[in-house]
Amino acid sequence: MIAPHMYKMAFLSKGIALNANPGQFVHIKVPGDNSLLLRRPISIHDVHPQTGMVEIVYQVVGKGTRILSGMNAGQFIDVLGPLGNGFTISREIKSALVVGGGCGIAPLKLLMRRLKDMGVVVKALLGFRSREAVYGLEEFEMLSDRVLVTTDDGSLGRRGLVTQVLGEELQQLPDMMFACGPTPMLRIVQQLAREYSVPCQMSLEERMGCGIGGCLVCSCAVRTPDGGFEYKRVCKDGPVFWSQEVMLDEAPNER
Amino acid sequence: MKPRMSVKICGVSFKNPVIAASGTFGFGREYAEYVDLNMLGGIAVKGLTLLPRKGNPPPRIAETSSGILNSVGLQNPGVDYFIEHELPKLLKYDTRIIVNINGNTIDEYCRIAEKLRDVPIHFLELNISCPNVKQGGVAFGTHPDVVYDITRSVKAHAKQPVLVKLTPNVTDIKEIAIAAEKAGGDGISLINTVLGMAIDAKKRRPVLANIVGGLSGPAIKPIALRMVWEVAQVVSIPIIGMGGITTGEDVVEFLLAGATAVGVGTANLISPTACIDIVNQLEEYMVQNGIEDVNELIGGLEIKSFC
Repeated sequence: MIAPHMYKMAFLSKGIALNANPGQFVHIKVPGDNSLLLRRPISIHDVHPQTGMVEIVYQVVGKGTRILSGMNAGQFIDVLGPLGNGFTISREIKSALVVGGGCGIAPLKLLMRRLKDMGVVVKALLGFRSREAVYGLEEFEMLSDRVLVTTDDGSLGRRGLVTQVLGEELQQLPDMMFACGPTPMLRIVQQLAREYSVPCQMSLEERMGCGIGGCLVCSCAVRTPDGGFEYKRVCKDGPVFWSQEVMLDEAPNER
Repeated sequence: MKPRMSVKICGVSFKNPVIAASGTFGFGREYAEYVDLNMLGGIAVKGLTLLPRKGNPPPRIAETSSGILNSVGLQNPGVDYFIEHELPKLLKYDTRIIVNINGNTIDEYCRIAEKLRDVPIHFLELNISCPNVKQGGVAFGTHPDVVYDITRSVKAHAKQPVLVKLTPNVTDIKEIAIAAEKAGGDGISLINTVLGMAIDAKKRRPVLANIVGGLSGPAIKPIALRMVWEVAQVVSIPIIGMGGITTGEDVVEFLLAGATAVGVGTANLISPTACIDIVNQLEEYMVQNGIEDVNELIGGLEIKSFC
């Protein structure tokens, strides 16, 4: 346990450690309870290609994640991955603003590591509920040029939500914004990215089935050129989407 | 000796009785990265409609004990797109292709069947059992007279044999199956999902945006077995049994109940290799039990009187 309800797990998988891109996820079968059929999609927190170590950070939200959090060292785990379309990091990016809230912070570590490896100037805005909920701050600080923390209650860093300081931070425009967090946060990030004309990639979450694009249950509405929309698969077309294409408002009603 | 695994449905031979069920296997291509599609008895592709269909808003899935509820709502790119872009990729594999078709009206079903007339697929699966659409779907599958009409109409337009996919959400599955057979249906696949609902007690809201959805997975296997068995008593056309199959032994149970082949659905969502794993387990069961030909199992249920 790294914070209340937040757990970190590491497992060995050379294939995943070598091939994972930031923003991708692993699909984990909950061991020991056959009544829980579906795998749990959990974002990749970090990888160590040399040792084959893969790290995930997740919140315990139900029976499945509770069982995962009770696993012991040495046990085997059934993992499918790396899956999905991660963040796109092109050579043109010289400066990046990384915005994360709550559980959405987990996948940003590998992103920041890769950005740093490429010599990108990285600024991170990380929002937590309170001081107790903060984890991995030292690592985030090591992997970026500046970290700004906000907490809802002001017990650490700035008081309030990340989105309340985002406007200030955008006075200096980055080449790219990357965001992951709860939908209300993403809505404001999307709005500000549009206002300031900053390209922005955001990672979404949705209840998933197969995780490989076959069952069409994890859909999100994406704008189409004709002014309409279509449902894309969060697991295969995402989880990372361009902010201007995603429709985060109440799902459109047309069938 | 390797047991014989092949079965015949309407004169079409399947290399084994395991078919990936519609809606859980995309158009095959999504799974080709993980499994050799040539090893499958058949693939029932994602349900198609005449025009592209967006599907229902998310969330579309909820996990329940030993089951899942879905309300995808037939999201698909339409029959024309399928013929032009998806089918050519699928035809590279040596497996049987079943095309699941859906419509808002009987006329729409017929027009899809027309479009598929000269396309090299093996079967049409007449989906009159989707619980997640407002028009058509299950509405066509709950009354014997309507089942008769739609089956007869589609048969008049279809070139390939027609499997009628039935819903379990009826009072008497036997009379529905009899209607499908009388109308000229070439086979029956059952069961589609069982209408269900999940509620989030904390939020006091339904989990699915569509409020209700179709239950699948091991939770519904006993219902499916009972219905396959009941239908097998009253029709002579072949049955593709499905509902909660996750192991080779589950397949054996469906064959014993009277199915000629089986559909594997929800298991594909748990593991992309599920169908192949199940084929291997079935073969292992046959070896261990000295069964040389899988056809020996079909309808082989022994019912002892208990008195």
